[in-house]
Amino acid sequence: MTDKKFDVCEKRAEEIIAQYPDKHSAVMPLLYLVQEQSGCITEEGILWVSGKIDMAPVHVREVATFYTMYYKKPVGRFHFQVCRTLSCALRGARDVTGYLKERFGLEPGEVSLNGLWSYEEVECLGSCGTAPMCQVNDTFFENLTVEKLGRIVDRIEAKKPNLKLSVLRDEMGDGLQGNPKSEVI
Amino acid sequence: MSKKILLKNVHNQGQATFDGYVNSGGLLGLKKALKKDPKEVIEEVKNSGLRGRGGAGFPTGVKWGFVPRDTGKPVYLICNADESEPGTFKDRVIMERDPFLMIEGMIIAAYALGSSLSFIYVRGEYSYPYIKTLEAIKEAYSKGMLGKNILGSNFSHEMVLHRGAGAYICGEETGLINSLEGKKGQPRIKPPFPAVKGLYGCPTCVNNVETLAVLPFIFSEGWEAYAALGTEKSKGTKLISASGHINKPGVYEIELGYPLKEFLEVECGGVWKGRKLKAVIPGGSSVPVLRADEIEKVNLDYESLRDAGTMLGSGGFIVLDETADMVEVARNLAHFYAHESCGQCTPCREGGHWVEKVFTRISKGRGVPGDMELVDSMCSQIAGHTICPFGDALVTPAQSLMKKFPEEFKDRILNGSKSTNPLNYELGH
Repeated sequence: MTDKKFDVCEKRAEEIIAQYPDKHSAVMPLLYLVQEQSGCITEEGILWVSGKIDMAPVHVREVATFYTMYYKKPVGRFHFQVCRTLSCALRGARDVTGYLKERFGLEPGEVSLNGLWSYEEVECLGSCGTAPMCQVNDTFFENLTVEKLGRIVDRIEAKKPNLKLSVLRDEMGDGLQGNPKSEVI
Repeated sequence: MSKKILLKNVHNQGQATFDGYVNSGGLLGLKKALKKDPKEVIEEVKNSGLRGRGGAGFPTGVKWGFVPRDTGKPVYLICNADESEPGTFKDRVIMERDPFLMIEGMIIAAYALGSSLSFIYVRGEYSYPYIKTLEAIKEAYSKGMLGKNILGSNFSHEMVLHRGAGAYICGEETGLINSLEGKKGQPRIKPPFPAVKGLYGCPTCVNNVETLAVLPFIFSEGWEAYAALGTEKSKGTKLISASGHINKPGVYEIELGYPLKEFLEVECGGVWKGRKLKAVIPGGSSVPVLRADEIEKVNLDYESLRDAGTMLGSGGFIVLDETADMVEVARNLAHFYAHESCGQCTPCREGGHWVEKVFTRISKGRGVPGDMELVDSMCSQIAGHTICPFGDALVTPAQSLMKKFPEEFKDRILNGSKSTNPLNYELGH
């Protein structure tokens, strides 16, 4: 019934399940595997997770829809999430969102025709000391100005770096190596 | 400015590696603690005066004392690294730069509690802290700091890193436990408290990253050294994450009792762009706001901030300058809480959106007389009527901003004017 698509995740899935005293605890990491494999949470992915941990599909779906980091529909290859909460808002988050809207010519949640870009506003990402900021896939870009953001988009467009934290391999993509760190005094 | 315990080594090259950590004096506290009786370890933490750094400020040793050891069930320790309170970004620094400090603290706590398995629940957005912590755990296993017979002792302990997926409410300990069990992160009714019936129905202790990271110092230098820092009731140091309209945002470690005004003017470099101070939210977005004229004699510790009518909370210190539009601030935070409600209790799930709607219409110049009273009445029907403290967290900024800056709300309602300094981009959602 489940797709062959997740065969590559089998070994990793077993390792994850073995970490927990109760296999239901593996639902979140397994949903991350599905998302990495399919780009978002698919119905076949939900069934695969359900089978792996003996959890009713409805409960897996319930978890997948409760947490905002599981995408219910495809996003761009580079998905920008702009923090909109107070500290970022005070230092210009609206300019960041405004720039992306203009540059991509998209509404939040829409994906560009070439599949590369999408963006949305999200709640506090815990990077208030380096505000305003946004996250591209799993990588933080901090202390943004419109000019700096423009250069970042240019660079991503030219180099197409891997900005995803890979659950499948449990190691970081190249893009995360240069991840800026929070300011510490 | 004051003694550093948590940030002492964060600038060291290689601090996030096992060797770097040991070279900077790491593991000394764990070695000493493992030689003591677990009961003695709990007593010394009680004596140190350490209080939970996640926001509640409950004495850590007392919390440990609630966890029974004789139920025949396993005891679980959970490190709460779901740092999500707006304005708070302190735990991230420890995970990114000195993750072994947190791991060492967890092992000490696990030894005291008699726990052989612990979890670190890190928020999903913290990819880089996740990676650094994962690397550190792997290295800790390979160096005998985790696993069987830790550092040659009789104590064995396993540690699992668990990644959240974007839900503020998972910072609430029972919400976190449900999430870790593979459910929606909706808080549980207490009692039973997690100490008695927590993860998988077993005795469980949930402590914040910062709280756990203090433990190595308490055992390497002695609880007396920790208790000597701070004030009579607020012992030790606290990480303060400062953000907003200041010249030097960042994470600072201060000795509790440090004057708020001095912290703002000296450490944070004062208000940016030469502007005047309007307000400070001292402990994360869920605590009452202080007006500029209220900060004069306030110190950064639990009691002084309580006496000033607010809280130290998580230490998320947000500064607002004279240009801040308080109606917009109220609206921004109301949106956050409306979005993050777990949806379990009706007053919070529905009320959060209503509060946001009223602030939005005031901000857009469509407010009507009686709107402030309307928000107040909604708030009184939310606070105290929900399973978890999220309802209180939702109403606190709403009510305190209206109370402290009533004229801004009144003027906007009377004049029907739009905000000239809107905070967020209008995306029509």
